[in-house]
Amino acid sequence: MDMNEIKEIFFQECEEQLAELESGLLRLNDGDRDPETVNAVFRAVHSIKGGAGAFGLDDLVSFAHVFETTLDCVRSNRLEPNQDVLKVMLKSADVLADLTNAARDGGSVDEARSRQLIKELEALANGELPQPAVSEPAAKPAPPAAPVAAPAPAPVVNEEGFQPVVFSFDDFEASEPPAIEPSTFEILFRPKSELYAKGNDATLLLRDLSRLGEMSIHCDMDELPALGSMNPEAAYFAWKISLKTDKGEEAIRSVFEFAEWDCELDVALAGGDHTGTGEEPPMQPVPFDLSLLDDDVPASSGAAEDEEQVVAQREARDDAVSAAATASNVLQMAQTARASAESNRSAAPTSSAAQAAAQQAASAATPTIRVDLDRVDRLINLVGELVINQAMLSQSVIENDTNGTSSINMGLEELQQLTREIQDSVMAIRAQPVKPVFQRMSRIVREIADMTGKSVRLVTEGENTEVDKTVIDKLAEPLTHMIRNAVDHGLETPEKRVAAGKNPEGTVRLTAKHRSGRIVIELADDGAGINREKVRQKAIDNDLIAADANLSDEEIDNLIFHAGFSTADKISDISGRGVGMDVVKRSIQALGGRINISSKPGQGSVFTMSLPLTLAVLDGMVVTVANQTLVVPLTAIVETLQPEASAIHSFGASQRLISIRNSFCPLVDVGRILNFRAIQANPVDGVALLVESEGGGQRALMVDAIQGQRQVVIKSLEANYTHVPGIAAATILGDGRVALILDVDAIVAASRGQTLKPEMSLAAAG
Amino acid sequence: MKKRVLTVDDSRTIRNMLLVTLNNAGFETIQAEDGVEGLEVLETANPDVIVTDINMPRLDGFGFIEGVRRNDRYRAVPILVLTTESDAEKKNRARQAGATGWIVKPFDPTKLIDAIERVTA
Repeated sequence: MDMNEIKEIFFQECEEQLAELESGLLRLNDGDRDPETVNAVFRAVHSIKGGAGAFGLDDLVSFAHVFETTLDCVRSNRLEPNQDVLKVMLKSADVLADLTNAARDGGSVDEARSRQLIKELEALANGELPQPAVSEPAAKPAPPAAPVAAPAPAPVVNEEGFQPVVFSFDDFEASEPPAIEPSTFEILFRPKSELYAKGNDATLLLRDLSRLGEMSIHCDMDELPALGSMNPEAAYFAWKISLKTDKGEEAIRSVFEFAEWDCELDVALAGGDHTGTGEEPPMQPVPFDLSLLDDDVPASSGAAEDEEQVVAQREARDDAVSAAATASNVLQMAQTARASAESNRSAAPTSSAAQAAAQQAASAATPTIRVDLDRVDRLINLVGELVINQAMLSQSVIENDTNGTSSINMGLEELQQLTREIQDSVMAIRAQPVKPVFQRMSRIVREIADMTGKSVRLVTEGENTEVDKTVIDKLAEPLTHMIRNAVDHGLETPEKRVAAGKNPEGTVRLTAKHRSGRIVIELADDGAGINREKVRQKAIDNDLIAADANLSDEEIDNLIFHAGFSTADKISDISGRGVGMDVVKRSIQALGGRINISSKPGQGSVFTMSLPLTLAVLDGMVVTVANQTLVVPLTAIVETLQPEASAIHSFGASQRLISIRNSFCPLVDVGRILNFRAIQANPVDGVALLVESEGGGQRALMVDAIQGQRQVVIKSLEANYTHVPGIAAATILGDGRVALILDVDAIVAASRGQTLKPEMSLAAAG
Repeated sequence: MKKRVLTVDDSRTIRNMLLVTLNNAGFETIQAEDGVEGLEVLETANPDVIVTDINMPRLDGFGFIEGVRRNDRYRAVPILVLTTESDAEKKNRARQAGATGWIVKPFDPTKLIDAIERVTA
């Protein structure tokens, strides 16, 4: 593993921490005051800062640092996390996410915004109440290239003299200690017992000290009591050291950095008068040889004699009397003895139990593994090929083995089942909860609410609903746009809401659930609902419908999905980015999904999206149309029927209806609409598939014959060829031929050409 | 013989950095994700030195150090604290809990190895 891989891990972890951060802040926002929530939030920022520091991502570090400081105030109860405080923090979380992304992808961030937030965070940490956000209504993501004159009084940046400081930790390390004239220091070092208790070792400190220069050492054993009254955990020795070094006093003190609280330490320049003042007993300077500390050096006889030397301690291990030479050794021996005594006493049960517990902990701690997505995709592709291959095999066996009872046939059936199970299991690997996308939406809501001056609460449900990762990835964009729309167009201003007797705070509800093999995502707002008169008028103005068209409420509502349709009187900065609901609808359709709207005036609108759980396979009905093999997604089909001549009714010049249980349903000849043939086939010769399209009601699709029902592996047409209107994708059948998968909604929409002036004229495109 | 280092850190990034750095420097590395796991694996890890983070879920570094020091077998094993804060208060608390020394983040391989060598024979 190299640094780049670890960096990638870091960014993955950042994503998780950011999600953790946001959900924690949102919980706090909902009144959660669990200290663990605050801790988790703090840790998230702390973690990001720690990793960022290791990679030298200074912008990220400095912002995270300020954020962390403020969070620490909350953690220590010095700052009450009220709504205003949390508002700043949620925005800061957004900026932190931006900074992380910028660090990963090298993009730019809105520096003015991050500086503003640093200021706000610092103000919070200093106990200043957050200012109501009136002065800065638009934290507009202005491109840094064009600094927009902010409405706030003068650029706040200079006001306080705040400027980003390039802070490099390297400076501290790179700076070599200035060369100092070699001088001799007299050092007194008297460890306390705490020094040993914390795992420090006088020997090691002396070793480090000796590396600074020429050292001679004297061990003061005056306090050593008789062996019988010796406390094995006490510290009895002190050392007087004379060190000639050019590194300076700082370097000497830094050797004792970890120990300075747990010892008496006196460092003084010898001042040339090296022989001593006479107050102290005459010292015998002993040359200190570092190598003697090494265990590998054979015990020299000289060391044993010079018992007062600290270097003796290594050899002293063999000798009970001289073992007392240093307190640390005594301590170590006492511990070893006790440990061995204890382990003897309960050796078997403790160790095995501890091991079992450790193993259990290890397995509990790692219930998941991380797998590169490419590997999963490769597996899925292979399984796809396996499914096709298995279908081919089945087909040729059936063709060659007509009685259908051979053991080959039996085996094939089992193979089919196994293949299916493998496929399901592999698909499950790619399934992910929609949570990350939902979490991203809360940021969108905050931003739009800020820009529009509306007060909005986002409620999410079913965040743990799982769906294929590709679907999740592609869901974010349309969902973002819909959320923007819901807040910008759907919800009223607080004043209007109050006037309508509603809570001034609007609610946007985002839910996900599984329903009959698909995932259904609902986006509901409690706003004003769709103004049908306005929509209708707009559609007439834009030449989308005839002025006298008779449309149901539902059909009017669905008009907003048409290209170039925007009901906002003036195009707002938020939703009117040239992206309309038609684009949303198309991206949902591209995912094999459907979108539908229902709206109640004064009560709000609900957008319902229904998406397949996976984009890799599809249960389909294989049909024949004008000698072409097509696949119709099974989910779209309500029922199939053989039309009788008496049930077919002509309507207008070319329209035909079929009566099904006393209701009429338009007949759509798939062969005609895809331009497979010039004249409509006789419905009586074919089969009708009653399909339901999202928002478009029922249609009966006429095909020539049904071949059967089968699971097919979806191969994208867009990726391999180009988009074909009316066709969702392609697949490879058991006989090796390519079959096209019908886009039922597009077919139904095209068949409605009479009511709607078609922007997707399929008849011409097939 | 290789020295065994037990590292305790909840950040996957830092865990990986510790692992790479320590393995490159010739240490045997055992890793835990928080204080609770650290104490659980202590006996089997049987470390010569411990490196621990402070801010961790379930059991933080202070609690972990205290736990190690309560274990007679490990009460003198050197413990180094990884800390982003260089402020005296954090160090002091870590010391009181029984930490031997500290390594101030940002994570730096040289500093880490230096500190470990300082507290181990």
